[in-house]
Amino acid sequence: MFKALTKKETYIRYLKSLKFSLYCMTHPLDGFWDLTHEKRGTYAAANTILFITLLTRILKLRYTSFLFLTVYWEDINIFLYIASILFPLALWVVGNWGLTTLFDGKGRLGQVYMATCYGMAPYPIIQIPLMIVSNFVTIEEGQFYSVLSVISLVYCAFLIITAMGQIHDFGFGKNILFTIASLFAMLVMVFILMIFFSMISQGVAYFISIGRELMFRI
Amino acid sequence: MKNKFLRFGLVAAGAIFASLAFPMTAQAGETNYTYVYDYWEDVQECPDTYTVARTFTYLDLGLEKNFKNPESLYVHGNKLYVCDTGNNRIVIFERVSTDEFKFIEEITSIKGSKINELNAPADIAIGDDGSIFIADRGNSRIVKVDSEYNYLMEFVKPVDSAIPDDLIFNPDKIVCDTAGRVYCSASGINKGLVKYEADGEFSGFVGATPVAYNITDYLWKKFASQEQRAQMESFVPTEYDNVFIDKDGFIYACAGGQKEEDLDAETVDAVRKLNMLGSDILVRNGDYPVYGDLYWSGGGGITGPSYFKDVTVFDNDIFVCLDQNRGRLFGYDDQGRLIYAFGGNGNMDGYFRKPVSLEHMDYDLLVLDQLDCAITLFIPTEVGNLIYTAMDQFDHGQYDEAQASWEQVKALNGNYSLAYIGIGRSLLRKEQYKDAMEYFEVKYDDENYSRAFAQYRKVWVKNNIGWIVAVILALFLIPLGIGKVKQIRHEIDIADIFKV
Repeated sequence: MFKALTKKETYIRYLKSLKFSLYCMTHPLDGFWDLTHEKRGTYAAANTILFITLLTRILKLRYTSFLFLTVYWEDINIFLYIASILFPLALWVVGNWGLTTLFDGKGRLGQVYMATCYGMAPYPIIQIPLMIVSNFVTIEEGQFYSVLSVISLVYCAFLIITAMGQIHDFGFGKNILFTIASLFAMLVMVFILMIFFSMISQGVAYFISIGRELMFRI
Repeated sequence: MKNKFLRFGLVAAGAIFASLAFPMTAQAGETNYTYVYDYWEDVQECPDTYTVARTFTYLDLGLEKNFKNPESLYVHGNKLYVCDTGNNRIVIFERVSTDEFKFIEEITSIKGSKINELNAPADIAIGDDGSIFIADRGNSRIVKVDSEYNYLMEFVKPVDSAIPDDLIFNPDKIVCDTAGRVYCSASGINKGLVKYEADGEFSGFVGATPVAYNITDYLWKKFASQEQRAQMESFVPTEYDNVFIDKDGFIYACAGGQKEEDLDAETVDAVRKLNMLGSDILVRNGDYPVYGDLYWSGGGGITGPSYFKDVTVFDNDIFVCLDQNRGRLFGYDDQGRLIYAFGGNGNMDGYFRKPVSLEHMDYDLLVLDQLDCAITLFIPTEVGNLIYTAMDQFDHGQYDEAQASWEQVKALNGNYSLAYIGIGRSLLRKEQYKDAMEYFEVKYDDENYSRAFAQYRKVWVKNNIGWIVAVILALFLIPLGIGKVKQIRHEIDIADIFKV
């Protein structure tokens, strides 16, 4: 595996697949079809996009002008903050794959992940310039900030939904239906995880209290 | 791949577990005597802005008989009037030194009226010409007397279709303006303040509080039967608890008994500033509404929002509200930003059991406690005085001095937002935009920051216009030039004449 890292072709393919995310942004239907069916996307590029998205979100906290984003630093937990993207992403990928694979979805688990990450590309591309520009405007001129901010999110959502339709080879209606169903699947998983962890913590607490009791008595 | 997903799962699981195991525990706890709220609505403890000079009981004031259910204080010049309602008298004192009041006289009756004995006088007001208005509640009238207490005229129950015939007129609080008009808040009348012209004629209601209701209640009422409707809570406006007329003739009225959900939704106001037309013109530019405490959780068995019982206004439009619920005083500046909050319930000096009335002499505050039958005199401390000085200096255009005063406040209280914003505003007026921006940014004052930044940017562009034009031109011309050169080279390469 590490042998590949010494070859020049690996890097060329990586950069090419990273650049392909821009093509996906402007030509979502065509782009996301080729992403998996023509194998033009790579996991390395998907991970890179995800990493840059996370980085953008963290940098935004510090470098957006306080006119648009005030941060209560005492309450920021960077790991929870990162998890607030990664966790829904994981739920989405698992939930979407789990459902679509039962209903003739062509995409595999990894491909769902890859396409979702490619779909996040507009976020850093719009948010980073926005973050820089926010430091050079007044609050009256700041209307565009919220508008563009919303656009970046809507764009991402649009791309991700389109991507799912393409990689699973679904029609429009079926795609929308499974998007909604995936969201429900996410909720169900959250619910189960909550129950699971509260059970575990109660179980642990039970044995801890037994241990305490023993230590008091002996 | 599998490994990666496992890791995702672990992170996610960790996130859920962390949020279950360590719930957020940020709560406002017990507070210092004096405090303010910062931008984040966190309690910031402050050095005291006021200190108790003295607490006066009837003995300290040179009276023989204790107060009984006193309801109101009134200050005119350096004279203090105490409406000793339960004893049917009004007692007058003169302030002779910082913490000394001298008894002058007590009014129990007037001369030349049909009923001369005062019965439960609830409030007093003094006009510009020296005539005295007394809310003679037991006799259902407001009586106007001259400075020798000779009867001049009286204001009686207004005749209006909105007021039931069997309602007994109980004037509670009165103010009079420079023209001799009288505004009265009477119990049982919730249409606003009762307004009388100078000739004694009732001329309408002023400044009725808007009725707050929510849409679901409204719809229920639409479909409810007559009997059901009678059982429901009716949408009625709140009566004013107290009124104060400032030097410009604006009436500050507070209505303490607001419901939590209405205050929360900001559909009602605990304190209002009424103009001649009765509309509310109070400036509310603060980060949070003008309703006292932001946290209403029970401490010592006290719950619910602050109950503003009285309000008093300094000459520079700073107003102080008295919270009867927690025995606290809240000072707000002319922009509606909290300057300080202090006080509490208790028996110590500076704490109250049932404060009912608040008045001021210059910047000194007087609070009447109905249960203790005592008057507490607060005088500003060094910080308190500096804050007032700085605000006055800024209002008078002395920006250097205002900045220096705010710097001193900042040195005494580094957590005080208004000090930073005050310094910033002085710097802004002195056109030191860059420094002003820094001060505004520290305390998240976005509007002032934007104002300073707009100026700063303008100056910057003016100074660097040559560079800006050069850079923009370069951005266009260099790629253009490169393209041109490439094109010429290409043409040379394919030109026939160079072909051998």
